[in-house]
Order: sequence, then structure tokens, then C-alpha cells
Amino acid sequence: MTGTALYDVPGPRTRGRHRLYGVVATLVILAVLAWAVYLLIDTGQFSARKWTPFEYQGIQELLLRGLGNTLKAFAIAAVLALALGAVLAAGRLSWHRPVRWLATLLVEFFRAMPVLVMIFFIYVALRAEPLTALVVGLTLYNGSVLAEVFRTGVHAVERGQHEAAYALGMRKTQVMTHVLVPQAVRSMLPTIISQLVVALKDTSLGFLITYEEFLHAGRLIASNLDYDLPFIPVVLVISPIYIGMCMLLSWFAHWIGRRQRRNPKVEGEVGAAEPGNLMPGNPPL
Amino acid sequence: MDVLTHNWSLYGKGLLGTVELTVFASLLALGLGVIMAGFRVAPVGSLRAFGTVWVTVLRNTPLTLLFFAVLLGLPRFGLVLPFDVFAILALGCYTSAFICEAVRSGINTVPVGQGEAARSLGMTFAQTLGTVVLPQAFRTVIPPVGSTLIALAKNSAIAGSFSVVELLGTYKTLNELGYSIIWSFIWIAVGYLIVTLTISALFNVLEKRWGVAR
Repeated sequence: MTGTALYDVPGPRTRGRHRLYGVVATLVILAVLAWAVYLLIDTGQFSARKWTPFEYQGIQELLLRGLGNTLKAFAIAAVLALALGAVLAAGRLSWHRPVRWLATLLVEFFRAMPVLVMIFFIYVALRAEPLTALVVGLTLYNGSVLAEVFRTGVHAVERGQHEAAYALGMRKTQVMTHVLVPQAVRSMLPTIISQLVVALKDTSLGFLITYEEFLHAGRLIASNLDYDLPFIPVVLVISPIYIGMCMLLSWFAHWIGRRQRRNPKVEGEVGAAEPGNLMPGNPPL
Repeated sequence: MDVLTHNWSLYGKGLLGTVELTVFASLLALGLGVIMAGFRVAPVGSLRAFGTVWVTVLRNTPLTLLFFAVLLGLPRFGLVLPFDVFAILALGCYTSAFICEAVRSGINTVPVGQGEAARSLGMTFAQTLGTVVLPQAFRTVIPPVGSTLIALAKNSAIAGSFSVVELLGTYKTLNELGYSIIWSFIWIAVGYLIVTLTISALFNVLEKRWGVAR
């Protein structure tokens, strides 16, 4: 616990001082919040006219359809990215040099490119459907990152494990599938889920290529003059749902990580995964 | 090939826009991130809570949503700034959450004895953190901060869709001018590679100079 290493256990006077700082800091934060709320009220963001559209069934269905499309893109991209990650990781761990080179080249290239450039390329240059462009872009990027995650996981399994497996006369494929991969996946599970959070967040890029996802639905409502352009209400409705979904998934990753640290079966602590903060040298997000 | 040579100034402007976004947003992110990391280890409870909320919320916000809310939302409160300033704000705040986590885990790698020694010399929290712990943490956080800033450079592409001049946005003009789309994208990709490889080289130098193997 750094907290205790950075400052002494406070005495009565320091405690008083800290309480004063605490009160002042709280007041400042509350003042900023109050100012934000004042601005909201002052610019009429809570007027009934801006909020009534959310009572209409059509609008609710529009939002739900958008949310459904977001989740659909996420689900397809997640499954494909996991598959691509497995293939690329197998390629990078291959004993055949050309295969290894090819896999390395692909992984490095797709990780170095902004996802949005890939999505736009597929959408504009290859004239794909928005959903296809979004899913393929997300798959290529997250698949490459996941390949590195898998590879790190396999390398992190203790040496004795694969030596023992070879000593038993297993073939390379058997060693991989029966010994290394199960252990690797188990220890990397938090990191894998954190990467899926990144994929979920990035589905919002579909908004930029007019894929009809959650944000797109929000924009349709926000730009409607009949409801007095309810932009801020839309943001206030959409962001908690979006952020909540991502938080839930992050929290799940964190929970699995915590559970594993207590589990003696899991070998090789590979660093608790924080969303987007993978291994050094690995561009997050 | 001639897509590049004919549109030298367009690409130049786009690249410059991306570099500017990256540099200014990086400075904002680094500043805010270190302050937030300080908050997160501070002895004052409300500051710690504020830092935690800041990091948790921003890390789980899709960047497009943040751009959407900041660039199209803030003007409705009468806060009208140029779009690139808004873009720098959004990118900087978003990335600051990741910088904060990198710095905080860097602080955790500094041996406990360092903080204890500083305290036994009678240093205050600010002195311990500022003169003893952070300088040492700085050396271990070079690689993660480097990859976070590379991610920032890549994320700056989103700004192009919100009418900020940057590299990815150049494809629209080129497309209208009738140039080959595939080649214009190849040069855009090269532009991004130049930016990210420069950052990565810079941080490699920093790490050789300052990094420490613990």
C-alpha cells in the first residue's frame, strides 16, 4: 500500500488539516458540479419539451435498435477477433520461419494503424457495408492485439510445463492444445476481457461511417427540430448506458483477475489486466 | 505515387494537423494525468475519490462519445471555441486517465523504503512525492506512457470526422478531386506510421537515457 509509504500516520493536528483540505476540495468539486447543473438549467436543458420525446415509443424503439446494433457489431467483432487472434498467435509461435514472418508482419501492421483508418479504408475504398467495415476493422485490430496477448500468455507458462509434456512424448500440437494454451488462456483471461472492452468502446466508431448504432440513433433524435434539438438530454441518456456497459465488462475482467490471484491453480502471474493497459510496448486502446 | 506529389501541401497540412493535435493533447494528458495520479495517492479522501471517479469514468467512455459530447455539446452552453481546441480537450482528458494509471503503477514500483526514508527525514507528502518518489517512478513509466501517447496519436484520427484538419480527413478532398482512393489511403497510412514511429523512437531514446531496469 503506497498510501502509507508516502505519508505518516497523521496525528491530531494533521488530521484536522487533512479534514480542512478535504472539506475545501469537496466544496470546490461540488461548486463545479453545481455550476454545471446551473448551466444546464439556465440554457433550458431540463425543459419538458426537450425530454418528452423519450416518452414516445418510436423514439425508445429507435434507441433500443441502435443499442442492439452496437451489441451486434460488438458480438461479431469479439468472436472474430478471438478467432483471428488465435490464428495469428499460432502463426507467430510457428516453427516455420515464413509463417512466423508473415504473422509478425500482419500483427505489427494492424497494431500500428489507427483502427479508424482501417475502417474508413474498408468503407470508402472497398465500398463495404458500414457493418462489415466496422466489424472487419475491429477484428483486424483487436485480433492482432489479442494475438500478442495469447503469445505472451503461452510464453509466460512455466518452462517445466512444456518440457515435461515433450518428455512424455507429446507432439507440438498436443503440447500446445493440451498443456500450454489452457494455462495461458486462464492466466490471460482478464487481459483478454479488457481488450474486449476496447472493442466494445470502439464500436462507437461506427457512428462516423453512418452505421446505425447507438450514437447514430442519439444523433437522429438530437437533430430533430420538433423536439427543440434535445442534444444535451440525448447525451445525458446515452452516456450512462454506454459507460455503464463498458464499466460492467471492465469490472468483470477485474473480478476474474482478483479471483485468479486467490486460485493456486493459476500459474504465472501475468500482471493484472487494466483495460487498455496491456504489456509494455503494446499500444493500448 | 502522383497522389502524394500532386497534393504535397494537402498532405502536409493534414500531417501538421495530426502532429499539432498529438503534441498539445499529449501535454494536456501528461499534466492532468500526473496531477490525477497525485490525487489518487493523496492523504485527502475526497481528492482520492475524485481521482478514482475521473479515471474510471473516462477509461470506460468511448472516445467517439466524448468527442460527440464535447464538440457538439459544449457550444450549447455558450462555450464556443475552435474545433481543434475542443478536440485537444477531449483527447487530452481521455488520455489523462490512462497516463494517470501508468504513473500510479509507476509509483507503486518505487521501493517502499524510498518513501519511508523521505518521511523519516521529515518531508511532507508533497515533498516525498515530488522530490523522491515521482522522479524515480518517471524512469519506470517511460514505456507505458510511450505506448499511451502512440495510442493518442492514433486516436486523433477521430477528430478528422468532426471537421478538424488532420491526416485522415484529407481522403475526402482527394476523393472529390478524383485521385485513386487506395493510393491516397496508403499515403495516409504512411503518415500515421511516421508519427507513431517517431514517438516510439523518442521514447526509446528516453528509455536508454533515463530508464532503469528494476
